[in-house]
Amino acid sequence: MSPPLGQSSVAAAPNRHLLETTGLSVSFDGFKAVDDLSFYVNKGEVRAIIGPNGAGKTTLLDLITGKTQPTKGHVRFKDLQLTGMREYQIVRAGVGRKFQTPSVYESLTVFENLEMAFPDNRTSWSAWRFRRTPDVIAKVEEIAELIYLRDRLRDRAEILGHGQKQWLEIGALLIQNPELLLLDEPVAGMSARERESTGKLLLEIALNRAVVVVEHDMDFVKQIAHRVTVLHQGKLLAEGSMDDVQKNPKVIEVYLGH
Amino acid sequence: MPVAESSRRPAASVALRHVTTVLFNDARRRENIYFGVLAVLLLVGFPLLLDTFHLNLVGKYLTYAFVALGLVLCWGYGGILSLGQGVFFGLGGYCMAMFLKLEASDIASTSIQSTPGIPDFMDWNQLTKLPAFWVPFKSLFLTVVAIPLVPSVLALALSAAMFKRRVGGVYFAIITQAVAAILSILIIGQQGYTGGVNGITDLKTLHGWDIRSDSAKMILYFVNAALLLGAIALSFSIIRSKLGRLLLAVRDREERVLFTGYDVANIKTVVFVLAAAFSAVGGAMFTLQVGFMSPSFVGIVPSIEMVICAAVGGRTSLLGAVYGTLIVNYGKTYFSEAFPELWLFVIGALFIAVVMIFPDGLAGLDLRKALHGLLTRASGFARKRKKPAALVPPAAPSAPQTNAGSQ
Repeated sequence: MSPPLGQSSVAAAPNRHLLETTGLSVSFDGFKAVDDLSFYVNKGEVRAIIGPNGAGKTTLLDLITGKTQPTKGHVRFKDLQLTGMREYQIVRAGVGRKFQTPSVYESLTVFENLEMAFPDNRTSWSAWRFRRTPDVIAKVEEIAELIYLRDRLRDRAEILGHGQKQWLEIGALLIQNPELLLLDEPVAGMSARERESTGKLLLEIALNRAVVVVEHDMDFVKQIAHRVTVLHQGKLLAEGSMDDVQKNPKVIEVYLGH
Repeated sequence: MPVAESSRRPAASVALRHVTTVLFNDARRRENIYFGVLAVLLLVGFPLLLDTFHLNLVGKYLTYAFVALGLVLCWGYGGILSLGQGVFFGLGGYCMAMFLKLEASDIASTSIQSTPGIPDFMDWNQLTKLPAFWVPFKSLFLTVVAIPLVPSVLALALSAAMFKRRVGGVYFAIITQAVAAILSILIIGQQGYTGGVNGITDLKTLHGWDIRSDSAKMILYFVNAALLLGAIALSFSIIRSKLGRLLLAVRDREERVLFTGYDVANIKTVVFVLAAAFSAVGGAMFTLQVGFMSPSFVGIVPSIEMVICAAVGGRTSLLGAVYGTLIVNYGKTYFSEAFPELWLFVIGALFIAVVMIFPDGLAGLDLRKALHGLLTRASGFARKRKKPAALVPPAAPSAPQTNAGSQ
């Protein structure tokens, strides 16, 4: 992977985190899905977010990506206040998100899927004038290589396996060179071998960006995560290395106590 | 196809088959051919086959095809169902009609009015001065600008109010329908300003050129057909570009497009405005060819009929939209003459049939397969007649026939 093009990494001063949420809260009809959550992620880090169902993991991603607006608190990314920005502006600022269910354009080929995500010509006019230039082809091929789909470029996305669709979606994010990648259950439904490849892929792409993974599969978390954040009822329960978190009595109680 | 089998075929049939395979295998080339066929039909076929009256009728139908074309782009591709396209058709038509009406209302021909020089219906409604919004329509240039501009501005305003707030699907359809109802009620209610329920009638000349003459009708037909072919060509360039793929992506996976960094509201706005502008051009050509414009082309019923035209043709087929419009409107003319009270039932049944039986419309019927089936049958027939002389094993001739049967 080449370093992020045209995006200044100088902006993040040495002590500042790439992503930081402060006092983030959101409630739906009085139910606090995320409650006063402050956490941060650094560049080069793979962070796993775990927690029982309803802990607010996906809601947290919604808050970061602008899909849901917080009732209180802020999200800062580099020097930007993400709170209040529109989804597509947040994406253009360098935050990529993969959804829980694979979300690719089934009727398009793998090549076209990746091309659609190419981070240029995002206005209607330039999309109309868009031509497949050698740069685009080179970039698409580079990403396809990375996501193990180099020889499937001409296939329609609908005939890909479940795991391959997940990779394709990750690839569509990578082609935009985001500095922060948010992945919601990237290995759900994958075979053991695909999980291993995905883990390798995530560690490789995390070298010059931050990756946040919401995941249920503890073995996978152990394989990839530098740090683990445990959420419970919208609150931060524990944070640390996988070993620390697993020994934490509060975490044990939440997972096993009921 | 197995070599052994084809070698037994008459050379001409094999060659013909080969040619069709080459021509029709590439989807884009196939579309180009069909586009050429439509162009020949509109520019040569109809003018040669039809008298001026019927040609004018076809010309009228073709003005609705602009609306259907816009619906293919915004509904078939972008997934935005608008049940109010009559609004834009009507606005374009009214812009044109206002210009023509002013030209027809010169001082000399309106001298018996209490206020000469204003349209007759204004005089009947005790208006003594031309309303300010009519004044720009004294200029042909401003009128030509206003025809696409006025509906586009309205479409832009609707888009800004709805797409930015994520109003979509059924809600959007209902709102567009309400807009159609509002506009037609407004036009009918403000008789003094709009001509009311009668519309704007007695249109005579365009810049001194009598649009009622046969030669004018002929020329207007060709202008209309050429504009329509131009609109189709523009639409093809859109759906074949990345913008076309984006529209499909918005229709099928809006959220993914949004989280790929595209401003989905902006994409929807562009296609909706374009559809409105197309409709407006159709409306203006309607006024010119038919010689009047009335609120009956603005309201809910015509708007829905236009959606049915697009659906019958195939909502993702640009060319299908044209054929669908021609067939539905021909049916409407025929039925409303023969069995006036049945037409609404027919169009209702047609809509149900399109939704349930052939959702891809006429375009969904596989022409290529049908053609190949015909060719195979024809070559099989040719061989059967030769059989006694050629000493073909008895099993062979049946092969292409089963082939034809399965297609």
